[in-house]
Amino acid sequence: MPSADLSAPLIALRDVHLSFADTPVLRGIDLDVQRGQAVSIIGPSGSGKSTLLRCITGLLRPQRGQIRVDDTAVHALHSDAEFIALRKRVGFVFQQYNLFPHLSVLENLTIAPCKVLGRERREAQDEALRLLGKVCLEHKARAYPGELSGGQQQRVAIARALAMRPELILFDEVTSALDPETVGEVLRVIRELIEEGMTCVLVTHEMRFAEEISDAVYFTEHGVIVEHGSPRQLFNEPRSPRTRAFLQHTLGRGEQDRRPFVPAVAAAR
Amino acid sequence: MATELSLTRRCAPGRHPGKVLALATLLVWLAAGAPPREVFAPLLEWSPALAKGFALNILISLLAIGLGTLLGLAIGALNLSPLRLLRLPGRLWVQVFRNAPWLVLIYFTTYVFPFEIRVAGHYLPFPDWLKVTLGLALPASANVAEVFRGAVASIPGTQWEAARSLGFSRGQILRTIILPQCCKRMLPPWMNLYAVITMGTALSSLVGVHDLLDTAQIASNTVNRVGFTVLIYFSVLALFFAYCYPISRFTRYLERRYAFR
Repeated sequence: MPSADLSAPLIALRDVHLSFADTPVLRGIDLDVQRGQAVSIIGPSGSGKSTLLRCITGLLRPQRGQIRVDDTAVHALHSDAEFIALRKRVGFVFQQYNLFPHLSVLENLTIAPCKVLGRERREAQDEALRLLGKVCLEHKARAYPGELSGGQQQRVAIARALAMRPELILFDEVTSALDPETVGEVLRVIRELIEEGMTCVLVTHEMRFAEEISDAVYFTEHGVIVEHGSPRQLFNEPRSPRTRAFLQHTLGRGEQDRRPFVPAVAAAR
Repeated sequence: MATELSLTRRCAPGRHPGKVLALATLLVWLAAGAPPREVFAPLLEWSPALAKGFALNILISLLAIGLGTLLGLAIGALNLSPLRLLRLPGRLWVQVFRNAPWLVLIYFTTYVFPFEIRVAGHYLPFPDWLKVTLGLALPASANVAEVFRGAVASIPGTQWEAARSLGFSRGQILRTIILPQCCKRMLPPWMNLYAVITMGTALSSLVGVHDLLDTAQIASNTVNRVGFTVLIYFSVLALFFAYCYPISRFTRYLERRYAFR
């Protein structure tokens, strides 16, 4: 459902505020994501990054502000049907994978397309197998999530999100729970998606990856966007001293033992 | 496999209590003076009656757990409702019947309900053993509802979140994601409850149902010999144990198996 105005952002957040009880988590967030862009959100733990993603897909409701996904005003949705319509278009990948443990990998990929989108079982299975091939796991179609490694589970979770044919995917620290050796395989899948033009919003602690694949990077701290810009600008010439301090802290100290990356193919598109 | 290894090692000490108990029972029995023939003969004579009594115990327990499960799941479903008005009666039911002594409930159903019911001009008998079954089904239903609630609550919230993010409705999440995972978790406590209810059926002897215990009592009074009295109550104990112990063993096996999933 492309909107009439193609230059309008696919996701637009304006002055979004959210508190849990008396604790303010988001304190006025503005964020824009264009169609086909990859946007990374970085920042220290507890700065509201995951909360932000949950607001976009309506899992959490902000107390103030506006959230638009294409022509949907997420902040104004009320009925279940409206939220379901939104979530059909927005994929979500969780830090802890959250696969359904009682279903096989194939069933994990087909259950939502069959039950939510009403797709034919046969068709959904074919598509699921194609997606499993894309994440190099077609041989695990009959396995159960408990039998897979973290990296494999996370790739299944990405395939599960893709099976809904979403217009955009939100990635919530998808490599934070993984063993270092399996991080690469998950990032490779995300990189391919971005190269194919999928709109992606990533909350991540993988600074090098963010720098390499993003069209724009947002730095959040204490529930506000401290600064945003192109990855080149934000990582090399941060304007805010707080950004600089954060980057020094995360990159400076951890750089030596940071895992080697799949080498960059091209600079950010 | 590391997990399987630790599993077998873990069950090794757990295998003993049953055998030890059986052995102790045998020793006590032998110490009481290996029963002579004149004690065994009446036992043989009474055994069909005892078997019939025990069959009634089993019948009552099966019906009670069956009824209790149906009722309990219905109440459990009520308790999951987002509407407070629907949750309230369910909660009340659970609290009342979980906190009432079983014997009181059995007396209640036995002496409050009529001994026959008039349906469309016909009088249908309402026998005591059926009333006892109802008396046991009431606490069973409250416990099943509680087991059900616990199982649903034990499914992590992230499962709900993941399903919601895929566009499932609340009802769909319950039916396709949450409840299938609950069944497995409910099985061990449910079987445990069944074993407890089976033991509870012995209470029916107090309201004059001719169950195993009641039959044993009659036999003991009739034969009127000390050796026989000792023997027959041991037999009663052994029968209940032989029935309930495998259930509890199997439950523990399931608990261990599912703990790894």
